[in-house]
Amino acid sequence: MLQSSPRREAKVFPYTFRMHNSNRGGPADPGGAAVISVDSLAKEYRVYDKPEGLLASVTGLFHRTSRVVEALRGVSLSVGKGEFVALLGPNGAGKTTFLKLLSGIITPSRGTAHVLGHVPWERADDFRRRFALVMGQRNQLWWDLPAAESFRLHKEIYRIESARFERTRDELVDLLDVRRLMLQPVRELSLGERMKLELVAALLHEPEVLFLDEPTIGLDVVAQHTIHDFLKAVQAERRVTVVLTTHYMKDVAALCERVVVITHGSILHDGPLEEIVDRFTTHKIVTLDLDATPAPGQIERFGFPCEIRGPRATLRIDRTRIADVLPEILRSESVRDVSVEDVPLEEIVATLFRAAPNPSVAEAPV
Amino acid sequence: MSLAAATDRSPPPAAVPPFAGLRTWFTMLAICLEERLVYRGDFIIGTLMRFLPIVTQVFLWTAVFNATSRADIAGYSRNDIVAYYLLTMVTRAFSSMPGLSSGIARSVRDGSVKKYLVQPVDYVAYLLAARIAHKLVYYIVATLPFAGVFYLCRSYFPPVPDVVTIVAYVLSLVLSFLLGFFMEATLGMLGFWFLEVSSIIFAYMLVQYLLSGHMFPIDMLADIPTGIAGVSAADVVRWLPFEYTAYFPAAVWLGKVQGVTLARDLAIETAWVVVMAVACRIAWWRGTRRYSAFGG
Repeated sequence: MLQSSPRREAKVFPYTFRMHNSNRGGPADPGGAAVISVDSLAKEYRVYDKPEGLLASVTGLFHRTSRVVEALRGVSLSVGKGEFVALLGPNGAGKTTFLKLLSGIITPSRGTAHVLGHVPWERADDFRRRFALVMGQRNQLWWDLPAAESFRLHKEIYRIESARFERTRDELVDLLDVRRLMLQPVRELSLGERMKLELVAALLHEPEVLFLDEPTIGLDVVAQHTIHDFLKAVQAERRVTVVLTTHYMKDVAALCERVVVITHGSILHDGPLEEIVDRFTTHKIVTLDLDATPAPGQIERFGFPCEIRGPRATLRIDRTRIADVLPEILRSESVRDVSVEDVPLEEIVATLFRAAPNPSVAEAPV
Repeated sequence: MSLAAATDRSPPPAAVPPFAGLRTWFTMLAICLEERLVYRGDFIIGTLMRFLPIVTQVFLWTAVFNATSRADIAGYSRNDIVAYYLLTMVTRAFSSMPGLSSGIARSVRDGSVKKYLVQPVDYVAYLLAARIAHKLVYYIVATLPFAGVFYLCRSYFPPVPDVVTIVAYVLSLVLSFLLGFFMEATLGMLGFWFLEVSSIIFAYMLVQYLLSGHMFPIDMLADIPTGIAGVSAADVVRWLPFEYTAYFPAAVWLGKVQGVTLARDLAIETAWVVVMAVACRIAWWRGTRRYSAFGG
């Protein structure tokens, strides 16, 4: 268990590296009841086609053609307390629709969902006091006022007791090192500073479930890093259940033990990040530092050459063959240095997205 | 205090303290006030500009009275007319809601309304707090110029009425604020159904301008027949909500409406406030349902 140290060095996240040994395997307790349970959840939208041209626009006044877009096609999923789940998928895959359903902004076309025992779209106040939604591209804070004022409003909206409010707020702003920004009008802050304060605002009422929709979008690497560390610390400490959508693999690698890949409204994969790598990569990337620039054809026999620049060569080698090929290379070539790596995560995911079958292609207009 | 203590924290207490809703509301009001005060400069200019149309109205009616030999039109002398316009200006200071409906419609269009679906807070209550804050700041800024104009124009006014009339006047003003608020809020929530509500708002403004008494006292419609024997246009307008947002309080102060008629009209005004408040709720309720179904 994480001890309660009486003093904390500011700007240091004492939990980050403890995370790796104590929390491997995840803080989730699979024995407990699911915090989020989703069964065959589907959402359809009717969209109206707007044909090009003036004439078409006029006829469109009397007759509009529409079609049904299936944003989500029967998704089932269960998330235990304290899990940190990433939703991955290309734009338009249904990630945000899914988050909107779970936070009760929209109602589904079919299927059911329970979050903390509530049906989200009934929007009971008791439910709304227990979760938070942060959208990276949307402001919750009052634009013209210092964030401290928005915090004060949250205190009242969520009925947070004064002492508890101050304690939580102070912890959160210190963790993100934004105490001095709290008193500055939000509009004067940078995107990263604003995002940090948004996170503080969202966590003031100590939600049990946190939904994050692209929380690191548009942020620089340092800010991304700070937010990763912050989320890790908060999640580990409070056993908050977090569901996050993102396009950044760094977010996933840093934060999430479980990855749910959604494409075309269906779950393509649900499991640990390593499993994706295992399941969807067929190759390893082998980089060789040779003594001299290889002659044409010299190393191609070992695998597919990605890049040969001077004495450095990068090869793609079939995973099943790597154990045989590697000793052979070392035997027959004069190698100074060698490295064997997985295909970059971005590349795996991109392949994954592209390979997913699109069931809507066959659909005819309604 | 370390974060680590968080794990053994008990969940927030379930018991709701008394008047918690009211406290939340007053905090909202306070924060809305602060926000309004950020733009005080813009506010002062806007307030002063409001006095311009009144000057043209006074000139217009002076010309009308000069051109006719009659001492009064529909029971209004030249002095009455000037007093009437100044008083409708006071009513409008209560009942007009600049930016309310367009603001609601915008929040639907750009999605910022989502916040009120996710947080345990009531959008209509928030809008009311924001509007009261808006009005309070306006009164702070406007009281002085208003007092100045009324002082300069004091000779146009009849003697100060009795206490009953003053009480009825204040009541009619407060009701006109609520009526204006709920009418425009309901209008704004049409944004849940229509992508663009500015033309609807414009049509409403036109009707409002004509039938509220902004342009002329509603008494002037008393001679206009409706086709039904014994029922004038003024009788019809009396049962509509519009005249209560400009004409009615002014007429009360000037003693045009008294006794049973005063009581009846105050009742009509109250009834309209209730009807529009309910309509606003229904529009919010149905609107958000539609919004949720269509994908937020």
